[in-house]
Amino acid sequence: MSDHHKETFITKYIFSLDHKMIAKQFLLTGMFMALVGMLMSAIFRVQLANPGESSILYNFLPSHWINEVGALNPDKYLALVTMHGTILVFWVLTAGLSGTFANFLIPLQIGARDMASGFINMLSYWFFFAATVVLIWSIYVPSGPASGGWTIYPPLSALPQSIPGSGTGMTLWLVAITLFIVGSLLGGLNYIVTILNLRTKGMSMKRLPLTVWALFFTAILGVLSFPVLLSCGLLLIFDRSFGTSFYLSDIVINGEVLHNIGGSPILFEHLFWFLGHPEVYIILLPALGITSEIIATNSRKPIFGYKAMVGSLLAIAFLSFVVWGHHMFMTGMNPFLGSVFTFTTLLIAIPSAVKVFNFLATLWKANIRFTPAMLFAIATVSTFITGGLTGLILGDSALDINVHDTYFVVGHFHIVMGLSAIYGMLAGVYHWFPKMYGRMMNKSLGYIHFWTTFICAYGVFFPMHFLGLAGLPRRYYTNSSFPMFDGLSDINSIITFFALSGAVVQVIFLFNFFYSIFKGPKTTKNPWKSTTLEWTTPVERIHGNWPGELPEVKRWAYDYSKPGYEDDFVPQTVELKEGEKDV
Amino acid sequence: MSVNIKAIKQLLWIGIGSICMFFAGLTSAYIVRKAEGNWMSFEIPDPFIYSTVVIIISSIVLTFAKSKLKQEASPFKIILTVFILGIIFTALQVNGWKELTNQGVFLTGEGSNAAGSFLYILTLAHLVHLVGGLVALLFSSVSAVKGKYSLENSIGLDLTSTYWHFLGILWLYLFFFLKYV
Ligand code: HEM
Ligand SMILES: [Cu+2]
Repeated sequence: MSDHHKETFITKYIFSLDHKMIAKQFLLTGMFMALVGMLMSAIFRVQLANPGESSILYNFLPSHWINEVGALNPDKYLALVTMHGTILVFWVLTAGLSGTFANFLIPLQIGARDMASGFINMLSYWFFFAATVVLIWSIYVPSGPASGGWTIYPPLSALPQSIPGSGTGMTLWLVAITLFIVGSLLGGLNYIVTILNLRTKGMSMKRLPLTVWALFFTAILGVLSFPVLLSCGLLLIFDRSFGTSFYLSDIVINGEVLHNIGGSPILFEHLFWFLGHPEVYIILLPALGITSEIIATNSRKPIFGYKAMVGSLLAIAFLSFVVWGHHMFMTGMNPFLGSVFTFTTLLIAIPSAVKVFNFLATLWKANIRFTPAMLFAIATVSTFITGGLTGLILGDSALDINVHDTYFVVGHFHIVMGLSAIYGMLAGVYHWFPKMYGRMMNKSLGYIHFWTTFICAYGVFFPMHFLGLAGLPRRYYTNSSFPMFDGLSDINSIITFFALSGAVVQVIFLFNFFYSIFKGPKTTKNPWKSTTLEWTTPVERIHGNWPGELPEVKRWAYDYSKPGYEDDFVPQTVELKEGEKDV
Repeated sequence: MSVNIKAIKQLLWIGIGSICMFFAGLTSAYIVRKAEGNWMSFEIPDPFIYSTVVIIISSIVLTFAKSKLKQEASPFKIILTVFILGIIFTALQVNGWKELTNQGVFLTGEGSNAAGSFLYILTLAHLVHLVGGLVALLFSSVSAVKGKYSLENSIGLDLTSTYWHFLGILWLYLFFFLKYV
């Protein structure tokens, strides 16, 4: 068809410049990392349920991670928690999520042949890939990978001699994250420029699907906040390797007094969380965008409050830069400053509530089609609510002081960010799978996957709130050394049960995914009867997306069940009728 | 302007925005760290003042490249001059570091202080970005020799100029920041 230039295996599958292929590369790498990260969490949950005992799961680990009686070494518990957090936050939910859907959907939904620069796009993936290799490699170095938590607070991250993972493992972590940031920046630049310049005729910003809007704001957040993490890391590298004292002061290790004076680990926290909070929205916004699209399509109704949806994305994106202090209420921050951060933090609840309201209003009285994608999309909204509510508690400095660094926080962010974003990602995969692979996934397996995942996930994270309220600190190797927590061990066992079950049921998804790539029933061009442009492309993947002319856009993306039309959807390419108003 | 050229220019501008955030991160760290006390004060050595003058001149010179194109002449000499000024700037920065060490202001080790370390790191980070600018100037001068630039087709030169002017402004910001904050 339109493939004039010959594609070899290498240019088609490996060093591809085609955005659709690059999207799949991100997806598969992200899925692989998700499995690694999930396995890690399964392993450390086993340790929490059966402290100091051995387990067959430990066979996945390098042998020196296990002690004589077959139990996990305490420092390696910390390594697992750290790598789990790093992998899930950055590798899966940042690169895996944005990388997949920004690459896949932006050109297709705005009517472009490809990204503004295919080459930069390819580079972006290969930086990410290199980062992945380095991170995985770091797991196998003799002293183990970084172990000071995904937030790499100094001094643990700054002094190679402090704990085993602070040595080579931490160095590799920093190398990996630097490569990762470069890749993310290249990707983000490209997404922004593509959306601003390559929209097809008629596709004004006001007609963009909400996925594209969400990915647009996500990219802006990334381009503005990742450089700050880089500057934060730069100072850390100087402290680690060249003996400066930005973050270090008055430290004695093994009786040796270090020369560093005057530095401040709190400075690190400021810089880190200035990225860190926008980062959580970098993770969440794409999921909300995907959700908007899927909910409108499967409700067969226009999305409620399109402008308010865009406005609230903008408000969230802006506010996310001024709330970082809520991670630092316990650093001895001036109480007045604390109340300022409380105020800005609670402000975010407003645009968040607007979004939730609009989602619900779209669903209200709709003729809902419960596809697996739709279920996951609704689940995204639901966990966004559940987790947002505990956010309000944590955002209030007076309340946060009581539960900071306990399992309450772990419960909060896993529900609001972890689950919402993972559900959003899964929703996206189920929904756009036909577009990616030209085949359909199995629906029944999709339903089983959804319900088991949903139940297990709540089984894991809901009880954590109670653990946190009882004072259980996060990141402890075992809770059995503290008599005051003895009563909580049952809850820990229940959580572990759900965690392991939740991990196992993902096999259903993996099977469905890979089986359907090869054996799924062939799809039609527009299986969900959707209005957006990607469904006007041919089923087979072609370079340049549309054979012949690019489509022209005549209306917004949400004309579902519009009076005066026979079908209950009107594609964006259909001319407005005499006197018909575009919304 | 064709869509593509517009897009490429935007790409550069957004990249510049990114770089700004990087330096905003470093300089705000400077402010926070300074407020914590234990801060050594010292004079900024003269070479940094000279380098400031040099980079301003280089930017002014670079603006003539475009007028050369208008006269349908080659901008090669202009670009080369800017390149040489860039090298002089680099040399002056290195000289500045030497004077700093002579004054007893060190990047690291016993007796170093965050005030000094910040100065080294800020200037170094700027210099790293400037090396990118020098490479861009080299490419542009090669293109100029080959006669690739004309009034209608000067995208490479435009990008290089934008970036180089940005480097100058960034340096001015850093210089006055270090001197007065
Ligand atoms: C109204 C909304 C929200 C509020 C008020 C809120 C508030 C907070 C607060 C105050 C903390 C710090 C708790 C502590 O360490 O003591 C926190 C932690 C966290 N929140 Fe939220 N949050 C909200 C929504 C979100 C969203 C939408 C996400 C992600 C998509 C998110 C992700 C996180 C993460 C990752 C952490 C923990 C980081 C760590 O310490 O490892 N939050 N949240
Ligand atoms: Cu936050």
